[in-house]
Amino acid sequence: MPFVTWLKRHLVVIAGLCTLAYLLLPNVIVTVFSFNKPKGRFNYEWQQFSTDAWKDPCGVADMCGSLSISLQIAVWATVGATILGTMIAFALVRYRFRARGAVNSLIFLPMAMPEVVMAASLLTLFLNMGAQLGFWTILIAHIMFCLSFVVTAVKARVMSMDPRLEEAARDLYAGPVQTFVRVTLPIAAPGIAAGALLSFALSFDDFIITNFNAGSTVTFPMFVWGSAQRGTPVQINVIGTAMFLVAVLFVLVSMLVTNRRNSQKA
Amino acid sequence: MTTTDSSGDVRLTGIGKTYGSFTAVHPLDLTVPQGSFFALLGASGCGKTTTLRMIAGLEEPTSGTVYLGDQEVTHLPPYKRPVNTVFQSYALFPHLDIFENVAFGLRRRGIKSVKKQVEEMLELVQLGEQARKKPHQLSGGQQQRVAVARALINHPKVLLLDEPLGALDLKLRRQMQLELKRIQTEVGITFIHVTHDQEEAMTMADTVAVMNAGRVEQLGAPTDLYENPQTTFVANFLGTSNLIEAEVDTKNGGDIVLKAGGDKLVLPESRCAAPTKTGGKVLVGIRPEKIALTHADDAGSIPEGRNRITGKIADASFIGVSTQYVIDTPVCDEFAVYVQNVERDGRLVPGADVVLHWSPAHTFGLDAAQDIDAGVETVEEEAA
Amino acid sequence: MSTLTEAPPPLAPAEPAKQSPRKRGRFTPYWLLLPGLLWLVIFFALPMIYQASTSVQTGSLEEGYKVTWHLATYWDALVEYWPQFLRSVFYAAAATVMCLLLGYPLAYLIAFRAGRWRNLIMILVIAPFFTSFLIRTLAWKTILADNGPVVHTLNTLHILDLTDWIGWTAGDRVLATPLAVVCGLTYNFLPFMILPLYTSLERIDGRLHEAAGDLYAKPWTTFRKVTFPLSMPGVVSGTLLTFIPAAGDYVNAELLGSTDTRMIGNVIQTQFLRILDYPTAAALSFILMAAILFMVTVYIRRSGTEDLV
Repeated sequence: MPFVTWLKRHLVVIAGLCTLAYLLLPNVIVTVFSFNKPKGRFNYEWQQFSTDAWKDPCGVADMCGSLSISLQIAVWATVGATILGTMIAFALVRYRFRARGAVNSLIFLPMAMPEVVMAASLLTLFLNMGAQLGFWTILIAHIMFCLSFVVTAVKARVMSMDPRLEEAARDLYAGPVQTFVRVTLPIAAPGIAAGALLSFALSFDDFIITNFNAGSTVTFPMFVWGSAQRGTPVQINVIGTAMFLVAVLFVLVSMLVTNRRNSQKA
Repeated sequence: MTTTDSSGDVRLTGIGKTYGSFTAVHPLDLTVPQGSFFALLGASGCGKTTTLRMIAGLEEPTSGTVYLGDQEVTHLPPYKRPVNTVFQSYALFPHLDIFENVAFGLRRRGIKSVKKQVEEMLELVQLGEQARKKPHQLSGGQQQRVAVARALINHPKVLLLDEPLGALDLKLRRQMQLELKRIQTEVGITFIHVTHDQEEAMTMADTVAVMNAGRVEQLGAPTDLYENPQTTFVANFLGTSNLIEAEVDTKNGGDIVLKAGGDKLVLPESRCAAPTKTGGKVLVGIRPEKIALTHADDAGSIPEGRNRITGKIADASFIGVSTQYVIDTPVCDEFAVYVQNVERDGRLVPGADVVLHWSPAHTFGLDAAQDIDAGVETVEEEAA
Repeated sequence: MSTLTEAPPPLAPAEPAKQSPRKRGRFTPYWLLLPGLLWLVIFFALPMIYQASTSVQTGSLEEGYKVTWHLATYWDALVEYWPQFLRSVFYAAAATVMCLLLGYPLAYLIAFRAGRWRNLIMILVIAPFFTSFLIRTLAWKTILADNGPVVHTLNTLHILDLTDWIGWTAGDRVLATPLAVVCGLTYNFLPFMILPLYTSLERIDGRLHEAAGDLYAKPWTTFRKVTFPLSMPGVVSGTLLTFIPAAGDYVNAELLGSTDTRMIGNVIQTQFLRILDYPTAAALSFILMAAILFMVTVYIRRSGTEDLV
């Protein structure tokens, strides 16, 4: 009986860990298969251990080029969306103006719209305007769909901020600009950072909207998509694994730093 | 215990709780008789809430047993115990209206027709009109009454109250203290009340247990605790005490004569909590309001047989009903004296030489081996 | 992602810290809003209008298109592609239910049982995001491979016979079947379910659980009567965040499915990028948008979460 009782008590934990395993299993596969030496063009079946791909990550034609395009687009989309989104978020929280409701829905709708719909409609616009598809159309599209996410992230942070802090700053002889730079911005910074990180991840990983509006430009996700048809080089697993490791490392280090800072303060 | 029915007794035997290397509650024995209003009083972190949660079943004790009447409930989960709790800041279910909040316990026990009982209970706490409102639409005091109703409707053998008035402002708190007392008398259930507010504990409870650092320092009726504290912690935590170190000079019948500075003080042996021997040290305590203040010029008019100490007024603050003096004396440089504003003596201003005097029957003695400042000021700090 | 996760409003009574909007600088908000809103108007709202107009045009790629209010395009599109529409809704719904069933325990675990592991598990939930989702989806080809351990186990347990019988798999295969597509959709959108669930679970005052236990609710009853109702905002935004993108997705159907599992996204993509039949593609896209907006509105109304607000 004690086993049954134990099971009952920990059922949630067991189920939750199973879900976690489900979430992480593909990453494990990606990592393991980055050391594979496949026989054919596709890297879906385990053959033998090899570090060839790790030694020559850019050994596949066009892959690293597409990676660099993706990175450039992600950086610029992050910068653009973060600036525009932060401005909107401040306006929404700090000011009362007409058509608030309309503005809110305009920001909410892109997040509640299937990507394929946005992708298709944006393509009709570009076709109608006769725009040249490529780097710039991708960038425009990415800024568009990242914007809403930045607004939401920054808004949440600014809303939870005590408006009396700004009043206190003004009471202590800070002008509007100084109040903003010395008080408001530092407090809103975590929200802005979260929005920026999210933008970067969304932009870097976007496939559907990019695929519609890229013309002949090839981003990294598009390269992967193409390789699923033509043959998957082991190198994409290397890139996938490296990105995963860099991200986890980045998060762990930043957590350690905050922890240490907090414990120093305490 | 003189009660005939003991099914509502709460008996804790050797109950203790440790978290890792930290001992929250040292093994303690406690019996709360059926129908009494019992308060656990102490600063935050003293183990009073942990004790309460062990009775409620929300915390599993590391050692010891909990009895409700004759039933051992130590390892029963809370939903199987005939005990209900009024939680700190109430824990009302925000998604249910007042009626459903109050009916929650009845429904869980499979009672179908709850309407009449719930309505009666809402009447008892004077919230009949509010039945269909959501908790956040009510004021703090009303929410508090819902929390009481939600617990009481189950006719628990014991009602546990965890800082039930902590979230209310001072005036409302006074009102709710009387209200809770009224309800307790009306329903006759055992109440165990946890609080850090000594006034609240003293006004409401029949018996108060003062806890400190996981131990019960002293247990008794509020007047006993106040008039005859057994430890410096109780003396300082409940109200204010002047404590001075003195040396035992002679023993004379039922009285002990002590030397403090140049003065001789008399302490009835029955009011001394520490063993005494000639030449040994004792802490002598006296409450500020028991002391009378006479200007040095009139020292002759003080009757014989009173304990007296001379000093100089360092500070005086006018409170309204009383004036609070701080007196600089050879034995203690911050002697507190509260004088009722009946006939004010215009000469009692800072700098004036005075004689403090009081009846030896009001003096109490404590073990000198303790920290003389234990329990001082902690109330205000923790309340913040 | 954190969008709708922020959506459940605090259950606490209206906080006094409501912002007091400034009166000074009457035009400041408009200057702040202008660039961003222009962007959204030009590159989000305007395209919708263009798309609506394209859907009622006729013509050909060579001769150009004209608005002729040819609404028959909608009718033809529906007649021809209703199976794909239905399939999209069905697959997305199945994936959403799977996400809820899988995601709830994990969100609950992180919110209430993880203790000091909470941050680590949180990172592990988010971390897969940093590997391109296409690469991760391709990994499912390996996991569900015909001669792999998963298919082998399911086969030995005769589960594949069962799923074959209800039409979710075909023969001894999982790949290229509806089950593989739903599995991929579930996997891809699971974090979008877990995060809002976690946010609303984490907001629940732990004392409410204790209070329920104190009032004779057994653990399961506590969950049904207290925890689950209070997590409704998270359930609603989680299901929306899963269902909407899943219904429009074509990546999973393409990579893990077959021609028999094509979803409406696949059709739109093919029409737009390969067949170049713009009016039909625009009409399909418009129908998808309308259908989703309609379902979402009804769902939000019916789920009655505004009551919690």
